[in-house]
Amino acid sequence: MIHTAVTTQPIDVAAALAAHDAHGHGASASFIGRVRGDGGLLELFLEHHSAMTGAALEALSGEAVHRWSLAQLTLFHRVGPMVPGDVIVLVLTSSAHRAEALSACAFLIDRLKTDVPLWKRESFADGRSAWVEARAGDDARAAGWD
Amino acid sequence: MRLDIQYFAWVRERMGRGGETVDVPHDIATVALLIDWLAARDAGGAAAFAEPARIRAAVDGVMCALASPLTDAREVALFPPVTGG
Repeated sequence: MIHTAVTTQPIDVAAALAAHDAHGHGASASFIGRVRGDGGLLELFLEHHSAMTGAALEALSGEAVHRWSLAQLTLFHRVGPMVPGDVIVLVLTSSAHRAEALSACAFLIDRLKTDVPLWKRESFADGRSAWVEARAGDDARAAGWD
Repeated sequence: MRLDIQYFAWVRERMGRGGETVDVPHDIATVALLIDWLAARDAGGAAAFAEPARIRAAVDGVMCALASPLTDAREVALFPPVTGG
């Protein structure tokens, strides 16, 4: 029912959706986050905490399933080096009706930004490399679900 | 008090290491006091913890406020605000 993963391997969206949807659900929502190539970005590196990151994904997923009575939830987050176009995160939520699936999907995306130990570093074609700064608006959006 | 401390992202880079085991004085009772102590200890700590307001923490695997006590803590993770998703 809940399937979460922190992986260094490419996320296969089609395979994940096929597995998620194997039993059929009344309503399913999805979010796919990909690396953007803005500003000459060559590589996005995602640093994680070996124990806490997976546990945080499981905790968030458990909260979402409980709160919206989901039938099925898939939450995969990639870590390590990525290039533009790669899938960073995949969220699939299913329930009997659309409102629960859509709300749970939005909740998970917002809370991923604030509750899960992950840090992005961008490397650019001109040699620059920098850690991505957290946005103040992310905290406000995540707090909106409290 | 013996603590395993882990550093992440630019905190790790500025410390020059991913983690360490340290003997912390007994009067270091909170995460905030630990950060002040690390900042005063060496140049890496001074660089990593110059702005404590930009630091987030977890004690024994649970995210917590900087004012949280270190009572019975074994492992502390110190890092910048997270940027996943």
